[in-house]
Amino acid sequence: MRRSGLPFQFFLFERQVNFRKYLVLAGVAIFAATGDAMLSQGMKQTGSISLDHLTTLITALLNPFVATGIVLLVGFFATYLNALSWADLTYVLPASSLGYVLLALIARFGLHEHVSLSRWLGIALISIGVGFVAATPAATPREDSSPAAASRSESVADPAEERRRAVSGEAEL
Amino acid sequence: MSQQSISFIYTWASILAMALASIIGDVLLSRAMRQVGDVNDLWRRSGTWAVLRQTLGNPTFSAGVLAMALSFFSLLFSLSWGDVSLVGPAAASLTFIGNAFAAKIFLHEKVDHRRWMAAVLVAAGVALLAG
Repeated sequence: MRRSGLPFQFFLFERQVNFRKYLVLAGVAIFAATGDAMLSQGMKQTGSISLDHLTTLITALLNPFVATGIVLLVGFFATYLNALSWADLTYVLPASSLGYVLLALIARFGLHEHVSLSRWLGIALISIGVGFVAATPAATPREDSSPAAASRSESVADPAEERRRAVSGEAEL
Repeated sequence: MSQQSISFIYTWASILAMALASIIGDVLLSRAMRQVGDVNDLWRRSGTWAVLRQTLGNPTFSAGVLAMALSFFSLLFSLSWGDVSLVGPAAASLTFIGNAFAAKIFLHEKVDHRRWMAAVLVAAGVALLAG
């Protein structure tokens, strides 16, 4: 009975892991884009900062948009590092660029701003690029035998191998 | 040399410096996090402090953060000469392409044709969006 129950249990387990990891990737994209947007908006209000007038830097940091932008960028850094701990750099970076697409869509449909043809083309290119990268495994299988590498390859590198193990009762669930 | 060509050289030198520092930073951070391992597993096994200690105590991580800080200052430097509409997209696009090369060479990632296509398309897309 245990053997027949495993594939279904594994399916649920895999879904759960993948959902959590997609959530981290979405966090990278959303934090990066909204953080940049907040900082940019705040800096427009405070004006340029020069080394001769460092007090303007403090004024800038007290601006609510700048302060929120910094908090969001800290969130970006945390989720980015989390993603890099289980996925390749060439997987995380294109995925994080989806945030720019999100911002452009918010500008068009949320704020009813005009989005030019070249920007729509940019959105299309990024989306197709992310589609290409999503078709590849998140991490390159490692040859080293450290526990970290082993746990990473078990979790994402080769789902087919893990599924085979789950079916034969080797996986730890 | 005219003022215009000096400004052109300075702008592109600082864009290249920014992209280079950003690529070095990304590669170092990626290597550091690979050494730490999946932080979600580590957090489940040993808690938040273990994650913070292992990440912040990793010398490669510190080097990566330093490179990222250099990249940020290069951005400020290039913005004082160049136009935002040139500096932002140019540096972002160069970083995407450069990262694909660096990840293949230094991190030994399997960058197949789909990932190359993704790097090129995203680089072009970011240039169009930010331009």
